[in-house]
Amino acid sequence: MKKNLITSVLMTVVTTLLFGLLFPLAVTGLAQVLFPKQANGELLTRNGSFIGSQLIGQPFSSSGYFHSRPSAAGTGYDAGNSGGSNLGPTNQSLIARVQGDADRLQAENPKFPIPPDLLTTSGSGLDPHISPEAAEFQVPRIAKERGLSEDRVREIVRQHTESRQFGFLGEPRVNVLQLNLDLDQIAPKRP
Amino acid sequence: MTANGWLQILLLLLVVLLITKPLGAFMARVFSRERTWLDPVMRPVERLIYRLTAVDEDHEMEWPEYALSLILFSAVSMLVLYVMERVQQWLPWNPQKLAGVAPALAFNTAASFTTNTNWQSYVPETTMSYLTQMAGLAYHNWVSAAAGIALAVAFIRGIARREQKTIGNFWVDMVRGTLWILAPLCLVGALVLVSQGVVQNLKAYDTVQLVDPYQTPQLGADGKPVNGVDGKPAMQTVTQQMIAQGPTASQEIIKELGTNGGGFFNANSAHPFENPTPLTNFLEMVCILAIPSAFTYTLGKMTGSPRHGWAVWAAMVVLLLAGVTTAYWAEARGNPLVTAAAQHGSQQNSSLQQGSLQLDSLKYASSHAAGQSIGNLEGKEVRFGVANSVLWATITTDTSCGAINAQHDSFTPLGGMVPMINLMLSEVIFGGVGAGMYGMLVFVILSVFIAGLMVGRTPEYLGKKIEAYDVKMAMLVILIFPLVILVLTAISVLFNFGTSSMANAGPHGFSEVLYAFSSAVANNGSAFGGINANTPWYNISMGIAMLLGRFMMILPMLAIAGNLAGKKHVPASLGTFPVTGPLFTVLLISVVLIVGALTFFPALSLGPILEHLLMQAGKTF
Repeated sequence: MKKNLITSVLMTVVTTLLFGLLFPLAVTGLAQVLFPKQANGELLTRNGSFIGSQLIGQPFSSSGYFHSRPSAAGTGYDAGNSGGSNLGPTNQSLIARVQGDADRLQAENPKFPIPPDLLTTSGSGLDPHISPEAAEFQVPRIAKERGLSEDRVREIVRQHTESRQFGFLGEPRVNVLQLNLDLDQIAPKRP
Repeated sequence: MTANGWLQILLLLLVVLLITKPLGAFMARVFSRERTWLDPVMRPVERLIYRLTAVDEDHEMEWPEYALSLILFSAVSMLVLYVMERVQQWLPWNPQKLAGVAPALAFNTAASFTTNTNWQSYVPETTMSYLTQMAGLAYHNWVSAAAGIALAVAFIRGIARREQKTIGNFWVDMVRGTLWILAPLCLVGALVLVSQGVVQNLKAYDTVQLVDPYQTPQLGADGKPVNGVDGKPAMQTVTQQMIAQGPTASQEIIKELGTNGGGFFNANSAHPFENPTPLTNFLEMVCILAIPSAFTYTLGKMTGSPRHGWAVWAAMVVLLLAGVTTAYWAEARGNPLVTAAAQHGSQQNSSLQQGSLQLDSLKYASSHAAGQSIGNLEGKEVRFGVANSVLWATITTDTSCGAINAQHDSFTPLGGMVPMINLMLSEVIFGGVGAGMYGMLVFVILSVFIAGLMVGRTPEYLGKKIEAYDVKMAMLVILIFPLVILVLTAISVLFNFGTSSMANAGPHGFSEVLYAFSSAVANNGSAFGGINANTPWYNISMGIAMLLGRFMMILPMLAIAGNLAGKKHVPASLGTFPVTGPLFTVLLISVVLIVGALTFFPALSLGPILEHLLMQAGKTF
């Protein structure tokens, strides 16, 4: 008993040093040398200041920008407080939220059915992507606001559409932040 | 359901199948203390650790000493974690100046990580300093996984050894598990994750200027909107986004490989910094299944019956496929209430009354036939879609991982019932690292016993007679498990201190509580995340439930191991029930399902099953 208790204490100290400190610090050192951009969150700069991370979604509400999915993180895309809505399938608030968003979106583009990702919050609340269908759904609005032809906007969307990784992993998707930044470059006319 | 979805699911199982034999054989060599290619590096480190910690590596333990060593080690390291949480404000690597953790939450978290559960009643990015995450939480990811591996190895030795009293040395098994198996895989895996975009740094959180600032109602100190001078809700403009950072990859890899599951961020593996691409998602799923799957081969190898190992593997895969098929079907079909709301907006109420709900769903579905399949995307990420979300949800609860890449709380009732049932089958479908193996072996013993009863002979298992003592201990494991879950769930739904934490009304609120205690006792850690578990009742009751779920399973299990080790070998005869073929696999599956179903069906019918029926009838809460 006593011998094993002493070993327990010593083992806690030694393994904490090894796996609780040495390992994460070694990985940090290696990561900062080998993959400095990725290890620090793939931050994007414009005019010398940070304007976001390539991996973290942002809220877009102006009509001249492609909109992200609804978000349940904080007041929306709070990357210091990630999380989902956790609304259950029979929750009245979920149905009411979808109804409200559906009314708004259908008024904006009555021709197409609304892509489901535009009506649902993501698991992280920080989803950087929308589906290609959700981008297509917004093309008429963007074209009008930016003074571009719909085909030109589609072309820009296509450039930002990622297919499945290696052709089969995951789902096709469009990075909203990068798409909007590119849009600002090409047609900087702000609404 | 799509062909591509199934391709991804089957590809994962294929990769897991391919690594089972090489990794399992390697583990058998490590724990039989045979030479491996890692010895030149690891042997000196191992010897140094034993010298520093006063371990005699040639000492063999009987089961009570083995159990005592585990319990003492768990107690000491749990206490250290508790203290570390409480005083983190005075320790280094706390760039966000986070305060010390409150006592009840610190206890819950310490119990949670010591028992390999990784239930999280807190939001990590606003609660835990980098030091607490690295040296406290991630540290326990290492040692609780290594302890699980050690216990499974001890159990296998109990089966394999003949007329001996000892089952190995806990310290040696644990140290060899970390150095030979976890450490090399984690080092390589962490760097691969970083290369894909998983962050790994010690800097303060970044603040970025939003491209498109937005207006949001101003909230007062009580969290409610405040009104401006004109009586309308006051608005504020949000111009910045704070982005949480930290040493994530080094924790992410052991979190999956050790089937721990405690997220570095609140959104866990749904967070783009923990799981940025479909490739990281795939690799993390492989890591979750790797060691539990390999253990079936280690079992076969160390007991001299490889075909028995594969028979157990087959039972696990069949149960996994049954779960993922059900969940995939339910989630791809989607939520008819949301589908109707999506098509009709606020006018849907009239269509509900006309009972045309299902027709509308069909119309909606066919209009999307060419695009991404619809389905329930609430709580799911676009990059993963429905297939990868249900696959992850199934394997994270088949094993004792509990990491999530989608919010189980927002799954459809039947889709969410699959992870819940996986927990209730006490995580034997691959199961936790080590924990799944010894959990399944308890069911194996029960299956052999039932087969013995059917033919009227004393049951035998791999040359060992299974007698009253072994079966009593096995039943103890099987009975304590539902007892703790159901009693604590029942107490919680009877009193306000339990029901006030529910985030959803109706049967879904009950499901949240039932899931929480199933997750705690099964040492899983995933949640129907809406439930507010950061209350005195849930922090303390779940903390105790996690400790019972870990140690009250381990003690009877080690008692069986010790008892089996001392028995004589009985050569197989015509009357021996073979544990190698499909017949055994089918019997094992049946026993797992029957025990689970008989115990939990009434509770499930009050939760997910009732909710499914009400959802079909168009009812909301």
